[in-house]
Amino acid sequence: MTSTALNLNYLQAKKGIFSWIFSVDHKRIGLLYLYSLITFFLVGATLGVLMRLELLNPGKDLFEAQTYNQIFTMHGVIMIFLFIIPSIPAVFGNFFLPIMLGTDDVSFPRLNLLSWWIYIIGAIMALSTLLFGDGPADTGWTFYVPYSVKTGTNVTMSVLAAFVLGFSSILTGLNFIVTIHRLKTPGMTFLKMPLFAWALYATSWIQLLATPVIGITLLMIVAERVFGVGLFDPSIGGDPILYQHLFWIYSHPAVYIMALPAFGIISELLPTFSNRTIFGYKAIAFSSLAIAFVGYFVWGHHMFTSGMSGLARIIYSIMTFLVAIPTAIKVFNWVATLYKGSIDVQPPLLYGLGFIFQFMIGGLSGLVLGALATDIHLHDTYFVVGHFHYVMFGGTGFAFFGALHYWYPKIWGRMYNKLVANIAFFILFIGFNLLYFPMMIAGLMGMPRRYYDYLPEFHLPNMISTYGSWVLAIGLLLMLGNLIAGFRRKHEKIARNPWGTGITLEWQTLSPPPVANFDRMPVLPKDGPYDYDHKPEIKE
Amino acid sequence: MEHTSAFSLPNSGHNRDAEASKMGMWLFLFTELLLFGGLFIVYMVYRSLNPESFLLASFELDVAMGTFNTIVLLVSSMTIAMSITAIQTGDAKKSIFLLYTTLGLAIVFLIVKYFEWSAKIHHGLFPGFEVYDGLPPGESLFFFLYFFMTGLHALHIIIGGIIISVVIYRTKKGLVTKEKYTLTENAGLYWHLVDLIWIYLFPLFYLIH
Repeated sequence: MTSTALNLNYLQAKKGIFSWIFSVDHKRIGLLYLYSLITFFLVGATLGVLMRLELLNPGKDLFEAQTYNQIFTMHGVIMIFLFIIPSIPAVFGNFFLPIMLGTDDVSFPRLNLLSWWIYIIGAIMALSTLLFGDGPADTGWTFYVPYSVKTGTNVTMSVLAAFVLGFSSILTGLNFIVTIHRLKTPGMTFLKMPLFAWALYATSWIQLLATPVIGITLLMIVAERVFGVGLFDPSIGGDPILYQHLFWIYSHPAVYIMALPAFGIISELLPTFSNRTIFGYKAIAFSSLAIAFVGYFVWGHHMFTSGMSGLARIIYSIMTFLVAIPTAIKVFNWVATLYKGSIDVQPPLLYGLGFIFQFMIGGLSGLVLGALATDIHLHDTYFVVGHFHYVMFGGTGFAFFGALHYWYPKIWGRMYNKLVANIAFFILFIGFNLLYFPMMIAGLMGMPRRYYDYLPEFHLPNMISTYGSWVLAIGLLLMLGNLIAGFRRKHEKIARNPWGTGITLEWQTLSPPPVANFDRMPVLPKDGPYDYDHKPEIKE
Repeated sequence: MEHTSAFSLPNSGHNRDAEASKMGMWLFLFTELLLFGGLFIVYMVYRSLNPESFLLASFELDVAMGTFNTIVLLVSSMTIAMSITAIQTGDAKKSIFLLYTTLGLAIVFLIVKYFEWSAKIHHGLFPGFEVYDGLPPGESLFFFLYFFMTGLHALHIIIGGIIISVVIYRTKKGLVTKEKYTLTENAGLYWHLVDLIWIYLFPLFYLIH
């Protein structure tokens, strides 16, 4: 009791906007990222809803084709580079990695602040294309050549924004790797680390080793646009397929930058709400590394129809199928964790279960695309759009929301209305599946992606999908509204371990944590991080 | 009353940790290698597509100047390594002198580069000039990659020079000492990388025949 009075928590310690935007406290930086990410997410989601509105009926409804092209590009750029790549590592990684390791900050606190500033500069650059220049890019987020070097829209600025954002991603990854190596609390070894830390570790290596390749590739697009030298333009000797290779050498591993941290979140949610140890700790930990490793060698599966030798295609296809193995290992272990657990269905767990269901649809539809014969039919159809939204939004997005609900009481020392949170989850879940499942059907029927119009026979799935987008939007607003309303519920005193069954170190400190994270030495469970048989007793 | 002294963790992120700084620098160097790696791939692909034009174009480069610059960079790598040894033994004066030498060599490198580039541009071998635009695609690509890759490398030399200047300043201030010389070490690591990349650029553009 006295300790709460004497140790001001990190939210109260300093006041004023500058104490936030120039803070080197990892917790504040995590929240800076959170607020900026949610803002951009809402912009991206609005663009998505607008696209669905255009596609409600065949023919031109709201926009010209050109406007539609710019909207889906902007939607992609915002959602990929500004939301989902930083998402879980930058927010929850920053906030909880040091606490879970039992330390008070990341290894390079100032670099951490710099990464947020770089992120904001990149975001301003990306959004500036809306106002300045010849309009936002209309190339799709992939910036495929030769169109991206020929279009009159402001591709240069969008590409430079992605380049700058890459630096932010690299710095975060670098910081986490060093932090994990150097700052684990005494007694914590690699194999006693929480699985979220393992997931971040694997992710950080991908961020570090893949991002520079996209950086230089994007610079080459700028060079091509400025000098017109034929780096990628086939009319003057360039090779556009080379661009696709370089692009996907980064952008496929980037898929795992988006997915692996989500796996980490699920591995934290399940033990807490099953009140038992995780099943297959090592299998889950090492499968993250396996996914990160194999994920480097599968980029060619984005290019099965671009022109590649038959042998190369077969190799890429086999490698793609190999990724399914460590991924399935995780899913089986998660389900096994629930088995005979004492399951407490709280809002975060609902998101976790939603993740498993939707991610499985996303993952398995990925195998359909990874198989050569089916990919020829499905390439560039709405099946692909449905597939990656199931993985990215149904998977990572839901894990992000789950993490938000899970750590909400720890971050702000408040609690949201759980009933409303549950209702919001079910609206989101129904809306999500209504929105994206019909896309897969439309894709199987042959509807190509990235057009503002379609043939009348695709009307039904598109109509359902647009209705779904409205349900999803309502669910999102309800969920966020409920979380924001929770800030005002000041009367409740949040315990250190509000779920009662949290076992990782963040549940041993105050809610919200003090500036130095811990008010007393954290105690590790005896046999590994999820040893529920020797769970340290947590006194208030 | 036992709560009055705030608890502090033994392993703080705000502790000075030379190992962590060096590890961070190594990780950063990996990203640099991959940055250039993308360009090396592009070079490799286009060289294999246009072997004759690349060969023809490479005769335009001045091997003597390239060799001279290679020697300059190798010597500068040695002087910065010596400056680290000097600060380890506590000889700050010698360390500063050797850092100045390194900085001087970096400037020599850039001056030679300037003359090389301006000679090429003078001959119209830069995008936008008539001579360049009249070249067959393979040769123009060679020159463009030459400017792009050596330009990016020169940018790294400039950044390296700035870092070395910071080290000199901090050593003079007494902030880099016998006990605390990670900054010099990290500057050295970075400088060796810049050197190493040149070791690959030099044969790729000047020597392969």
